[in-house]
Amino acid sequence: MSSKIEVPKPAAIDRSAVKYQDKQESDACATGSCGCSGESQLSVLEKNVHSPVTPGAKNFPCFKVTPELDAEANRRIAQYPAEQIRSAVLPLLHEVQHKFGFISPESIDWVAKKLGIEPMQVVEVVTFYPGFRQKAPGKIHVRVCRTLSCAMGGSYELMEKLCELTQIDRSQEDGHKDTISVSPCGNFSVEYAECLASCGTAPVCLVNDDFHEGITADKAKALLEGYQS
Amino acid sequence: MSDIKYLPGKEPHEKEHRLIFKNVDRQGWDQSIDTYLKEGGYEMLKKGLKMDPKDVINEVKTSGLRGRGGAGFPTGVKWGFIPPKNTKPVYLICNADESEPGTFKDRYILHQDPHMLIEGMVISAFAVGAHTAYIYIREEFPEAAIILEKAIAEARKKGFVGKDIQGTGFDLEIYVHRGAAAYICGEETGLIESLEGKRPYPRIKPPYFPAAMGLYMCPTIVNNVESLCHVVHILRMGGEEYVKLGTPRNSGTRILCVSGDVKSPGYYEVQVGKVTFRELLYDMCGGPKDGREFKAVIPGGSSSKILRCNESFKIGRGDDAKDLDFWDLPLDFDTLAAAGSMAGSGGVIVMDDSRRMSWVLNNITHFYAHESCGQCTPCREGSTWMRKVSDRIADGTATPKDVDTLEQIAYQIDGKTVCAFGEACSWPVEAMIDKYRDELIADTSDDNDFKSPEREEAEKFLSLT
Ligand SMILES: Cc1cc2nc3c(=O)[nH]c(=O)nc-3n(C[C@H](O)[C@H](O)[C@H](O)COP(=O)(O)O)c2cc1C
Ligand code: SF4
Ligand code: FES
Repeated sequence: MSSKIEVPKPAAIDRSAVKYQDKQESDACATGSCGCSGESQLSVLEKNVHSPVTPGAKNFPCFKVTPELDAEANRRIAQYPAEQIRSAVLPLLHEVQHKFGFISPESIDWVAKKLGIEPMQVVEVVTFYPGFRQKAPGKIHVRVCRTLSCAMGGSYELMEKLCELTQIDRSQEDGHKDTISVSPCGNFSVEYAECLASCGTAPVCLVNDDFHEGITADKAKALLEGYQS
Repeated sequence: MSDIKYLPGKEPHEKEHRLIFKNVDRQGWDQSIDTYLKEGGYEMLKKGLKMDPKDVINEVKTSGLRGRGGAGFPTGVKWGFIPPKNTKPVYLICNADESEPGTFKDRYILHQDPHMLIEGMVISAFAVGAHTAYIYIREEFPEAAIILEKAIAEARKKGFVGKDIQGTGFDLEIYVHRGAAAYICGEETGLIESLEGKRPYPRIKPPYFPAAMGLYMCPTIVNNVESLCHVVHILRMGGEEYVKLGTPRNSGTRILCVSGDVKSPGYYEVQVGKVTFRELLYDMCGGPKDGREFKAVIPGGSSSKILRCNESFKIGRGDDAKDLDFWDLPLDFDTLAAAGSMAGSGGVIVMDDSRRMSWVLNNITHFYAHESCGQCTPCREGSTWMRKVSDRIADGTATPKDVDTLEQIAYQIDGKTVCAFGEACSWPVEAMIDKYRDELIADTSDDNDFKSPEREEAEKFLSLT
């Protein structure tokens, strides 16, 4: 009997999140955009952590070690046994990303020095975890859940709508290294996330640090407008 | 408990039995320590710290509590694995990575009842002799991380965390450690590597069982958020009483998270094994969406094997064996294992007859290809191949033979990898092909002739020479 019910065509699987293409090389330096020298001591690593400049760069200050950053770092480091402070690498990187928008080569240098480890050991971590990005996002960064329950609830359509509203072009994304796309105006960026642990209220997304549930494509406009005032 | 009022529209279903979620969606409830104390909070901490640690472990053993993080391993038994002559520091880690697709229970505990978790952690740390505990929380819970840090500070002020807790001489520091959006950090040894500040490459077991060689090579107990919360209730009720909840070998309550194609998705805390799929999906979740029929269910997070709603199973052995329809299966660890799947983390994902299975499969393979840590070849390569082949099946560009290829790839992953992610990524594929082979093949065509770009290059080259 079930065969009589017509099965609608589901939304095409959005493959853009997992495209593996060679990253475009760009000569611009991550931080050069705002007038600083953008020089890093990490010439060897430069290629690995090289961050193309995005229009989102205007939203964030250049990396600089402020007394507050240093104090926060020391507070985090104190959470681990004295001989194991390498453990603080994730907390320190979170601190950097929160304040400066993304992880620049200069900040990697600083984290490594702070923890007494090789810069490469920090790079290793930055390049593994999808939670760290190496280029500036928009002022409003939307992470849309693309996993099963949300996809069934319409998250691919939500992503499409968000891109349409913000004129974001996602064609340059690749699966692991470069997962975010920024709007030409630099105010918005989008990224796919994997299950955000709220499948019962699908589709869900994170906007910066705020969680939103039940955001179907028709609510995309209102969602963005809420952040524009 | 009848005097508890819940927010309108969020009242628990009558078949629910709320211990862990007692305060979730409760009217007038907030995360502050004062609210928690008013309800008798931290009394079990006081009781526990007066007991002998061995007696606390025994109480948990008696309760029969099985881990709620996925594997269902008995918690008390795990605690007993710390080497008896150990002289190193012991660590307790709360696994708040909650990343198994379909699971969304820890979220509500962390956001709405952080003190229950802290109380459970102090008691558990006391039982296993840990003086430092970490809560490894996924990066995607930024608000919960702040709530927890605030709750820990409140608890420290009142003398429930820190030095000389409640004058008993027991010291415990609890820290929050945020992950960075990698699923593999939920695997306990991957989590430990991540906490050590490295890439979260899981460790090979044996020899690296965390209870003996965990964080910083010291004995470490890793438990899920929900498991640690149950400890509070076990002390309150006593192991003997707690074990009466649920069914034999599957004691207590657990939170089932239902998502997908049902009328009312959500969380339902029930006695383990006391609710069947029929009761859960029809009575509690309101049945299928209008005009639809249920087709398939993933019972314990996306890593568990999919079940067809029109299947029947032989459960039990010998004289005890019974034939059960899918709808009559109780959702407990042992029955779901006997049905060829698992209870896992309690994430029930429901699909109705509007879903094409090749599309569902494709979504799942994308998840695992993205999340494999890449340490072992079968998993790293296999998960990517499975993604590529399932892309073709979903697109309609595959041949029937591709379905066999996909199946072969899956069977070459499980059992051959460092961590259980190998099973997690291959089981869903194996089960999907096993149960929906015809439907997958219907999406393929003999006329398709897929050639990889590499093969096209090669053919071009060969025809030139
Ligand atoms: C690939 C993989 C992912 C996992 N993800 C989680 C998770 O997100 N949360 C969790 O509590 N356990 C997860 N686990 C299970 C943990 O390894 C571990 O068994 C569990 O945290 C132990 O806690 P429990 O005994 O209280 O269940 C995962 C296991 C594997 C193999
Ligand atoms: S099975 Fe997969 S996830 Fe686990 S260690 Fe191997 S590559 Fe990593
Ligand atoms: S699938 Fe989107 S929150 Fe779980």
